[in-house]
Amino acid sequence: MDGSSELKKTPLHALNISLGARMVPFAGYEMPVQYAAGVMKEHLHTRASAGLFDVSHMGQVTVRARSGDNADAARALETLVPVDVLGLGEGRQRYALFTNDAGGILDDLMIANRGDHFYVVVNAACKEADFAHMQAKIGDTCELTLHDDRALIALQGPHAEAVLAELWADVSSMRFMDVRACDLHDADCIVSRSGYTGEDGFEISIPASLAEAVCRRLLDHPDVLPIGLGARDSLRLEAGLCLYGNDIDTTTTPVEAGLEWAIQKVRRTGGARPGGFPGAAVILDQLENGASRRRVGLKAEGRAPVRGGAVLATDAEDVVGTVTSGGFGPNADGPVAMGYVTKSAIAPGTQLYAGVRGKFLPITVAAMPFVKNTFKR
Amino acid sequence: MLKFTEEHEWLKIEGGVATVGITVHAAEQLGDLVFVELPEVGATFEKGGDAATVESVKAASDVYCPLDGEIVEVNEAITADPSLVNSDPQGAGWFFKLKLANPADADSLLDEAAYKELVG
Repeated sequence: MDGSSELKKTPLHALNISLGARMVPFAGYEMPVQYAAGVMKEHLHTRASAGLFDVSHMGQVTVRARSGDNADAARALETLVPVDVLGLGEGRQRYALFTNDAGGILDDLMIANRGDHFYVVVNAACKEADFAHMQAKIGDTCELTLHDDRALIALQGPHAEAVLAELWADVSSMRFMDVRACDLHDADCIVSRSGYTGEDGFEISIPASLAEAVCRRLLDHPDVLPIGLGARDSLRLEAGLCLYGNDIDTTTTPVEAGLEWAIQKVRRTGGARPGGFPGAAVILDQLENGASRRRVGLKAEGRAPVRGGAVLATDAEDVVGTVTSGGFGPNADGPVAMGYVTKSAIAPGTQLYAGVRGKFLPITVAAMPFVKNTFKR
Repeated sequence: MLKFTEEHEWLKIEGGVATVGITVHAAEQLGDLVFVELPEVGATFEKGGDAATVESVKAASDVYCPLDGEIVEVNEAITADPSLVNSDPQGAGWFFKLKLANPADADSLLDEAAYKELVG
């Protein structure tokens, strides 16, 4: 099936082609899966130096209270996510989850307090549905805008700060999860110190028409290589981060997914604003009493990658779970995976077996991340 | 005699035994290999059977047996270092040697010119 004529292009499409990207369909867009260096080198380069990612397919949404009071927008967002939005300071960002009435996850997202509005970044494949969901649930109190007029890039890795500092010296004063407006190469940008690789780094929203110029400036730096979606996936897997649609979806709850840390005390039972989000009854109960299964890290003993879909069993051949993401970790220097296992099998060190091409390969429940994160807290 | 398949394998046939590997084009398309699983010596396959598996960072792919035959030797060097397949796919990165059940079947495979036309 050739759907290429219907695929959308990001504002960096021409640049991607000129950089030798191999383009693939992803979430309705034509996206770079890798550049000339290839997935392995791109992955290792990001952890050693700095990598530049085109993530313009993701949805950027501004949420502005019709009352003019940003606290009203925070309160509205709190009806959609089990997260403390009201307590999120100006210039700060927080990870969040849209939940459904069954406690399942509709999407994972970032919410930033921009002072007079909130700025939300959602997954590409979910952005239309997320926008419709927000419009239906909080559209009466908030003005919502989906910004297809902006590109989004990520600059990730230990040299990211030094690279970005050449365009904007103030970057060094930002901490992990800070969000600031800035002027990069005469473009009106929003920079957050965050990412999806486990490395220190930045995500930068840029007006579409200026995005290529900003990227070319960053790529001029000898430490920067363009990085495709292939390495983005292996980097996030090593970092133990969930991919929506693989590791979390409407059938998994935040507690099952091991994302309790995203639910602050004020939204839990006994907190100042307990519940009040979709699926609260299920999620609050699981926070108190635990869930019957949980997402865990997995390390295979051999060299064979264990991929999503592989069945997990005990040595007694009882099926206890399924792998949701897996592959080869270039920095872990071996196969790494994550998946859901029943409560009895979640302890790190638990010996399991993964079904791969008709064989059962030994695999051990392991703590995540598989590489140490280097966030600048 | 050098032959190719539409599944991007090459065969160097000498005395009824084919040395089999994947083409430069296939190695480029797969990207950096991180794992190779080879068949057992002595195993027999029909044409099109799953003889080997290669895994890149991103995905697993099967390597099909290009003709009916028996595996008489495998290249353990590529299981120890899968990157050999990327660096020298049509040389040191060979996969296995196949004793052909019917050497005349090789006539039905592509020659080098036809394969080059196939991959453009």
